[in-house]
Amino acid sequence: MRATGSATDPNVRELVAFRTARQDFCVDILSVREIRGWSRPALLPHAPHYVQGVINLRGAVVPILDLARRLGLEPIEDTDRNVIIVAAIQNRIVGLLVEAVTDILTVPSSGVQPTPDLASETTRNMLRGVVVQDSRLIRLLDVGQLLPQDVEPAA
Amino acid sequence: MAGLIDLRDIFFVEADELLSALEEGLRAIQTGAHDTDTVNAVFRAVHSIKGGAGAFDLKALVGFAHRFETVLDALRAGKLQPEPALLGGLLHASDHLADMISAARQGNATDPEHDERVIAALEQHAGGGGSKEEEAFVFEPLALDGPFGIDAVRLPLPSGTRDVTLTFRPHAGAFASGHDPCLLLRDLCADDPAEVCLDQSALPDANSFDPGQSYLGWKVILQTERTDPQLLAIFEFIDGICDLTIASAAPPIPDVAASLPPPSSPPLAPVPSAPPIPANTAPAQTSAPPAAAVSPAAGTGPRPTIRVDIDRVDRLVDILGELVIHQAMLTEAIEQSPGFGSVEVDRSLDQLRQLSRQIQESVMAIRAQPVKPLFDRMHRIVREASMAAGKAARLVTEGEATEVDKTIIERLADPLTHMIRNAVDHGLEKPSRRTDLGKPSEGVIKLAAAHRSGRIVITVQDDGAGIDREKVRQIAIDKGLVAASAELTPQEIDALLFLPGFSTATEVSALSGRGVGMDVVRSEIAGLGGRVGITSVRGLGTTLTISLPLTLAVLDGMVFVAAGQTLVLPVSAIIETLRPEPGMRHSLGQADSVLDVRGRCMPLIDVGMALGFRRSLQPGEGEIVVVVERGDDGAIALMVDGIRDQRQVVIKGLEANYGQIPGIAAATVLGDGSVALILDPTDLAASGQSPSRPVSPLAAE
Repeated sequence: MRATGSATDPNVRELVAFRTARQDFCVDILSVREIRGWSRPALLPHAPHYVQGVINLRGAVVPILDLARRLGLEPIEDTDRNVIIVAAIQNRIVGLLVEAVTDILTVPSSGVQPTPDLASETTRNMLRGVVVQDSRLIRLLDVGQLLPQDVEPAA
Repeated sequence: MAGLIDLRDIFFVEADELLSALEEGLRAIQTGAHDTDTVNAVFRAVHSIKGGAGAFDLKALVGFAHRFETVLDALRAGKLQPEPALLGGLLHASDHLADMISAARQGNATDPEHDERVIAALEQHAGGGGSKEEEAFVFEPLALDGPFGIDAVRLPLPSGTRDVTLTFRPHAGAFASGHDPCLLLRDLCADDPAEVCLDQSALPDANSFDPGQSYLGWKVILQTERTDPQLLAIFEFIDGICDLTIASAAPPIPDVAASLPPPSSPPLAPVPSAPPIPANTAPAQTSAPPAAAVSPAAGTGPRPTIRVDIDRVDRLVDILGELVIHQAMLTEAIEQSPGFGSVEVDRSLDQLRQLSRQIQESVMAIRAQPVKPLFDRMHRIVREASMAAGKAARLVTEGEATEVDKTIIERLADPLTHMIRNAVDHGLEKPSRRTDLGKPSEGVIKLAAAHRSGRIVITVQDDGAGIDREKVRQIAIDKGLVAASAELTPQEIDALLFLPGFSTATEVSALSGRGVGMDVVRSEIAGLGGRVGITSVRGLGTTLTISLPLTLAVLDGMVFVAAGQTLVLPVSAIIETLRPEPGMRHSLGQADSVLDVRGRCMPLIDVGMALGFRRSLQPGEGEIVVVVERGDDGAIALMVDGIRDQRQVVIKGLEANYGQIPGIAAATVLGDGSVALILDPTDLAASGQSPSRPVSPLAAE
């Protein structure tokens, strides 16, 4: 499931849409490495609440972020039907735990609207905009914001 | 021309090896080892450099090396005695030779006048100018096919060469005690042309074959300069559990070229069915044309090496890790399947396990390298630093065989250089002051490496004045690094040295004292995932300790369970495991407890709680105690729920995708594909006191 979208056309964006905590989100397909089923992570000591642990991704040790908790939404049910979206974020590989991947959207760049002012500060920081499609509001995540900024990799 | 350029690269790589051999030899002579072997080795190193340089038309280098060699030749012949002044000149010349080679590598040249000064100074020490016969400057391109490991020195000295026939038959006991005839034969044939014949006449037919018995013997025909006692020394450890005879066959053959190809028909024919088997590492080139003069194996130059991009090796290590994991998965799957029990499957699995372990060891051996070359480079640093600072200093190294991952070695060079220079510049007192204090005028800097608790510990110790804490504190206050009212413990004052912009040297010297140094050292070591510590005793000296994590990709680990999580402890850190009696445990203060193990008290820590996985212990939990060592501080007792297994685990860094976690060295992948964290016991004990230290970008909110 390697993403090789039509990145050549700058006017069209391909987005992976998924659902967690009863909300629709999407990320740019270029940052998605693969989508895989849930497997039990090993706990990390002294980790923030939204870090579920680490899993083995073909030999690499990858941390799993519970997206719902990261965004401060209500926690999702702990079931093995959940999926992990493996994304590359600033040279790191991180797994995002979500409820289900819904579809892959192809939208023109103009189809992405700015985030409405109503949203809280935290939410707005992590969103790049919203896409309205078939009466669904799909929130476009800024994956770079999921990791805290200006922190050097471990001293 | 690509071929020539490649050869040039090889020349420079080999020149580096020869230079370190040269310097090592000179140091050995300095410490009194004035035996022929050492002097010869030094001479050969310079000679080989001259030969190689000649092949690449590096005239200045050849000229310098030639005059250098002339002095060494006089030393070899006993015309000169290794007096300190001469040795100083020799060491200086060897340093300069290294400079010339590195300049030549970049296509530059050193200042000819400087070259002349150095070599003239050496010749001065040697008494009188060196002879300058020009004919020795001419080198034939012949040297290229060695590519220059050819030991041309040996050529004029064939008079000692003789043919030796040696028969060797180990007893069954030799194998039982772990001797490997292959290694012995390799040693025997390492430096000389040899022909090795296998004698399998005693081999019985398959029915009566007993694998516990020894049936094989070897006959070795060797052309060597070594004496019988030297040859017998190789077999010293197997003495009494083998049959060994030595017979000198032929008298010395006067004609050099003719003596080199081994006799066309060996005097003692081997068993007809067994063709002569060339020794493993010394292919006896019976068909070598006399023009080649010496077979490559006959030279004492370095073994052939290849240079490989480290990324390729890393890739191999990664794949290997996968292999180990999948092999464990396969084993588990087969053991759980209903058809399990077939002898063939079992045997194949066993073979697979052995093979993968062998591959693993081989690959690890590629990456792991002894710290010796790194330590050897520090001798020069000490020489130069002490000369520039007007101090007398000597470097003593220890644990040079300690193997460290290659990438770590490369990145240690700079911080270590800083530390050594600092030790000379700031640590040691001036010789006059030392004499006043009743210390030997020559200061000693000790550089040591060791594996400890699964970490690599490198210490730089000087016997100088120690840290002047009052002065350090005053400077820190003057520079506004700490408040004047701050009450600092001695450890806190020592730690000030690592602050950026701190420098205690009152006068700025060429070496250090510009305020860069220790903070750079600390950040470089931190970049390797290590720590730097400093301890100092006023008047006695300062010790800097670098502790580096395991990044060698595999370690022997004990797999255990705590608070429902599977975790791994490095076996190297474990002292013992036990199930404590109630009376062994004592409370200390509110929450801490100690364990009394046969009269030795140690802190008792529950792994699950230290990692924040549980708040309290339920019955049946934490009942097994693993005693682990903890750096210099003795031992700690870790409470765990159960021990699962002991196995090799592949180390996976957490830094790349997550960050460092206190108490955790790395992670690994187990046979079932799940991740287990590898504990760092020393750090765990420290972090247990402050449970939340956010050091990871993901952990910092």
